[in-house]
Amino acid sequence: MSGTVLNCGYVPLVDCAPLVIAKELGFAAEQGLDLNLVRQPSWSALRDMLALGHLDAAQMLAPLAVAMSIGMGGLQAQVDALMVLSVNGTVFGVSNSLQVDVQSVPFGDANGLLAALVKRNGPPLRIGVPFHQSMHRLLLSYWRAAAPDLQIDTITIPPPRMADAVAKGVVDAFWVGEPWGSVAVQQDCAQLMMAGRDVWQFAPEKVLAVRRDWVDSNQDTARRLMRAVYQAAAWLDASQNKPLAVEILGRSEHLSMSPDVIDPALSGQIVPKRGAPPVNVQDFLQFHKHAATFPWRSQAAWIAQQLGADSTGIAKAKACFRSDLYRQNLTDIGVDMPGASEKEEGALRYETAVASTRGYLILAPDAYFDGKTFDFGPDR
Amino acid sequence: MDRDLRILVVEPDPERVQEIIDALSDTGWSDVRALAQISALDRTVKEFAPDIVLIDLANPDRDTLEHISYASGAAKRAVALFVDQTDATLTQAALNAGVSAYVVDGLQRDRIKPVLETAIARFKVTHQMRSELDAAKQALQDRKTIDRAKGILMRQRNMPEEEAYTLLRTTAMSQNRKVIDVAQALVTAADLLA
Repeated sequence: MSGTVLNCGYVPLVDCAPLVIAKELGFAAEQGLDLNLVRQPSWSALRDMLALGHLDAAQMLAPLAVAMSIGMGGLQAQVDALMVLSVNGTVFGVSNSLQVDVQSVPFGDANGLLAALVKRNGPPLRIGVPFHQSMHRLLLSYWRAAAPDLQIDTITIPPPRMADAVAKGVVDAFWVGEPWGSVAVQQDCAQLMMAGRDVWQFAPEKVLAVRRDWVDSNQDTARRLMRAVYQAAAWLDASQNKPLAVEILGRSEHLSMSPDVIDPALSGQIVPKRGAPPVNVQDFLQFHKHAATFPWRSQAAWIAQQLGADSTGIAKAKACFRSDLYRQNLTDIGVDMPGASEKEEGALRYETAVASTRGYLILAPDAYFDGKTFDFGPDR
Repeated sequence: MDRDLRILVVEPDPERVQEIIDALSDTGWSDVRALAQISALDRTVKEFAPDIVLIDLANPDRDTLEHISYASGAAKRAVALFVDQTDATLTQAALNAGVSAYVVDGLQRDRIKPVLETAIARFKVTHQMRSELDAAKQALQDRKTIDRAKGILMRQRNMPEEEAYTLLRTTAMSQNRKVIDVAQALVTAADLLA
């Protein structure tokens, strides 16, 4: 096939699905793109390869894109999020020995779990996360901040090794993206306690990241990429497509995972403990519904604030979530655009109809576990 | 030449580590330590207090290494990423060779450069050797597959070896595929039918 070759980096996790589907089902080809998916061994490598021009685009942790743009840690580069690739999709689990201390807490009770962990005596909890600048780590810090007495040490562990780390006692608990939580359960070395959405109901997890200089000089390619990924995300979120999606992802050389570990994330049927019945987690991982792909500037602002940025940093973060390009490039394929590009994060407790260009837009709940709201005005 | 720079090499392959250490010490740095297991990284960074950490770009443990640099925060031995755009040629050379380097904040660039250049040269050679080895292994594997496919044709169609190979080759050419792909398809089909 001929077309514009586009090198796109990714890390093999269930939530790279929109990129794999865009390629495998031909959404990219329809847009005249030869999407070359390049597997990355680590988030550091993905970041460097994107920043230094070896990749044109990448599936990136939303906080990493923000951190790079505001110059916090690692490699600085102006990186823009063209759209959100996935919302939610992470799990928090505990080792079998820690499980004894929290066994009375039902799945998904963020407050109850925190209370149970505070009551427990002993050395600081060692908690594994995949990367420092990740939504996993930010949600963990945000959640823990409600219990200042709880002592934790966060340890970065590549996701494929998380199950092993908890089995070997290197960590007491972990926050990881699927399928690695389900893998730990299958290996009977951990129990899942809650999903990321139990701390924040609508957390932008991964974004489609590009360098600003790249998007400035490749506007047409960027538009075609966004359209292909948008269509892939829409396809993925249609419930009738889920079994086929699991099969395609399972067969894909890009993931090399068995369908039974991919299924929980896509179906929202999370098995918290080996042999236990699955828990149905609504909106466990979202690709499309409720304007999931829309890069809300307020989401970037929240991330920047959690990373410790000042008002200048927050302003830079907002600017790197390109809701302007999203509107510009997706309006004419019929995407229902929200009336504003910022919202009060945490304010929605229920599904809520909001002003939009076509008038059908319903936003999903985006409340935090502690009920706080964040308004980063003024251009709301 | 400053011999006082402390260099830590994170690399699980013992042979490769030795080569890198030898290359560095030949050039004048003797205070080099190697680490195979990332689990000891936190402690080693604290105790040995390296000025530069060298690690394979493709090593998944890079994320853990970076975390340690954040965790050490304002500490004197904070490790910062060197691979940046300020010296584009050197950075690209490092990337192509597959090495990433982390250096202590404030270490002068002219002290880093020679270390990195040596490391780049070494990494390049091992990368090349590795890909040549992989290519050789693949060629051997392909040879075996083609031999099996020829064997199948010779048995099933009762043709001599030379003719069997010609048939594979002409089929590949007419379908615009590689001989190995046609051979592989035939072997797979034969396995399924067996």
